[in-house]
Amino acid sequence: MSAPVTSPDAGALRQGGTIDVEQFSFWYGKTQALFDIDLAIAPREVTALIGPSGCGKSTFLRSINRLNELIPGARRTGVIRLDGEDIYQKGMDVVTLRQRVGMVFQRWNPFPKSIYDNVAYGPRINARPRPADLDVIVESSLRRAALWDEVKDRLGASALALSGGQQQRLCIARALANDPEVLLLDEPASALDPIATQKVEELVYELKRELTIVIVTHNLQQAARISDRTAFFYLGKLIEVGGTQRLFTSPSEERTEAYITGRFG
Amino acid sequence: MTFPSPDSTPPRPSTPEARAFPTISLGLPSTAATRQGPARRMPSIEGSVLADRIYRLALLFFALCVPALLLLIFIEVGRAGWPALHEFGFRFLTSSTWDPVKGDFGAAPAIVGTLLTSFIALVIATPLALGAAIFLSEFSPSWLRQPVSFFIDLLAAVPSVVYGLWAVFFLLPLMRTGVMPFLRDTLHLGATPFFSGPAYGPSVLSAGMILAIMILPYIAAVSREVLLAVPRAQREAALALGATRWEAITGAVIPYARTGILGGVILGLGRALGETMAVTMVIGNRHEISASLFAPGYTMASLIANEFSEATTDIHISALMAVGFVLFVITLVVNGIARWMVSRMGAEVHA
Ligand SMILES: Nc1ncnc2c1ncn2[C@@H]1O[C@H](COP(=O)(O)OP(=O)(O)OP(=O)(O)O)[C@@H](O)[C@H]1O
Ligand SMILES: [Mg+2]
Repeated sequence: MSAPVTSPDAGALRQGGTIDVEQFSFWYGKTQALFDIDLAIAPREVTALIGPSGCGKSTFLRSINRLNELIPGARRTGVIRLDGEDIYQKGMDVVTLRQRVGMVFQRWNPFPKSIYDNVAYGPRINARPRPADLDVIVESSLRRAALWDEVKDRLGASALALSGGQQQRLCIARALANDPEVLLLDEPASALDPIATQKVEELVYELKRELTIVIVTHNLQQAARISDRTAFFYLGKLIEVGGTQRLFTSPSEERTEAYITGRFG
Repeated sequence: MTFPSPDSTPPRPSTPEARAFPTISLGLPSTAATRQGPARRMPSIEGSVLADRIYRLALLFFALCVPALLLLIFIEVGRAGWPALHEFGFRFLTSSTWDPVKGDFGAAPAIVGTLLTSFIALVIATPLALGAAIFLSEFSPSWLRQPVSFFIDLLAAVPSVVYGLWAVFFLLPLMRTGVMPFLRDTLHLGATPFFSGPAYGPSVLSAGMILAIMILPYIAAVSREVLLAVPRAQREAALALGATRWEAITGAVIPYARTGILGGVILGLGRALGETMAVTMVIGNRHEISASLFAPGYTMASLIANEFSEATTDIHISALMAVGFVLFVITLVVNGIARWMVSRMGAEVHA
């Protein structure tokens, strides 16, 4: 799979983006959603999280950028390290963390602003670059998200006028504008048509050269196509993790096999 | 790469489309349809078309009633005010003379008073109401949200005359001894013409204050609902990009809700323009334009309320009707402008 994506050298030299999860558990009030997760995510790889609905994939993903802690009653134990640094430690700046760990949601959620302002949102609140630099950031982010050619003549137009697939790629560009080390994708293509889905997949494939990607997907073929490693979650537990090809062809756990052969879930 | 599993994206039964299907098939039981054939089903479909047409006509009638009523009021009030408008012409809008004895009428002070008090009310109430709404929708713990929201809603239900009484016994003394001297002397705003002169209490400023209190619950209630309706995805999008909570509110939540918030402000403005009783009790009812907000004034609504029962000459009654007509037109124009702003905002966002 090769996509004609122009990707500047942004991030090519960077080494960061390693995620280490140790004995991580998570509760929504009294219900435990994650049980003692141990997982190492290597930089510049695509890690797919699969598992039946409600098994805690999103919860896990949203623990990596601490988006979950805003939910009243949320509680966690265990450690998640980003490049060796405990992201839950005291003194960790959540704002900086979320710049380093970008996220794209299942349902595209551009702001009701212009295309330009959407992409510029992150840099404007974080780095506050000069306008000329901002133009450069916006263009390169849109290029990295393979959207530039489609929108370059109407950067001032409302983002909501774009098609669903374009809006989703705009959300990816918006996340990339912060120049993150890690990109979390929560079912980014589940609401898209096949062609738009393919574009997103090609994009993921391109982007993994520059950053760490963790993607939740219900589409097993998609996981097989684009990921290097796959982690199978079931009822809040990490059942099995391994190289994607190995996991899909010879799963070592019976529950993994049952899931990927479609016997449940 | 080949893999054993087919595309096993599990169907999501919780989507509305998925749930809609059984309901639709319930309406047309397939067994009955196949047994009876199309001939039996025709009448019922035709019947439903007829019912549909009647239903639509009825709704159309009700819908047309509202503009018709509006038009009727417009014509009636306009006709009653016509003699005065005709006699005084444009001077009716610009002159400050209001002399029932000589029969010379100009409504400028009342027009200015109405616009000015409403403006003051908006300036004071909008930030307060927005602040309350943001607190309630974003920061308030849930045990506090319910009771506070309830009291805000209750505030909207207090009769206008009760506000007026409260203002006479509480607000006016407070203005006279506290607020006005503070503005004039402590803040040295007395150097400007707008906050100079003696602090009697009854004044344009006091009227603006009471109006602000009266429209605050409307703006706050609407804004709160609109803010609560902002999708969680919008908030999370901003937060996930590294926005602080406050940045997410100002940069993502409020812009998303601004059309609705503006709607709330318009609702408040509409109420302020037409409010009569409470204003009449605190504005001082003097037919004069003064630069100072400390001076008494008049509004169109209170002018009509005060004089209508005592008006004896035809031209006096006609002048009051003309004031009503002007108020009506101003309200329409203000609402029209506001509506246009809302639709432009909406178009800008959703185009
Ligand atoms: N905000 C919340 N409050 C309480 N419980 C929650 C909340 N969000 C998720 N849960 C619960 O946590 C569990 C895991 O949910 P999560 O959304 O992580 O699953 P998921 O694997 O992403 O599912 P899906 O594939 O449907 O997206 C579920 O049982 C869910 O009901
Ligand atoms: Mg999920």
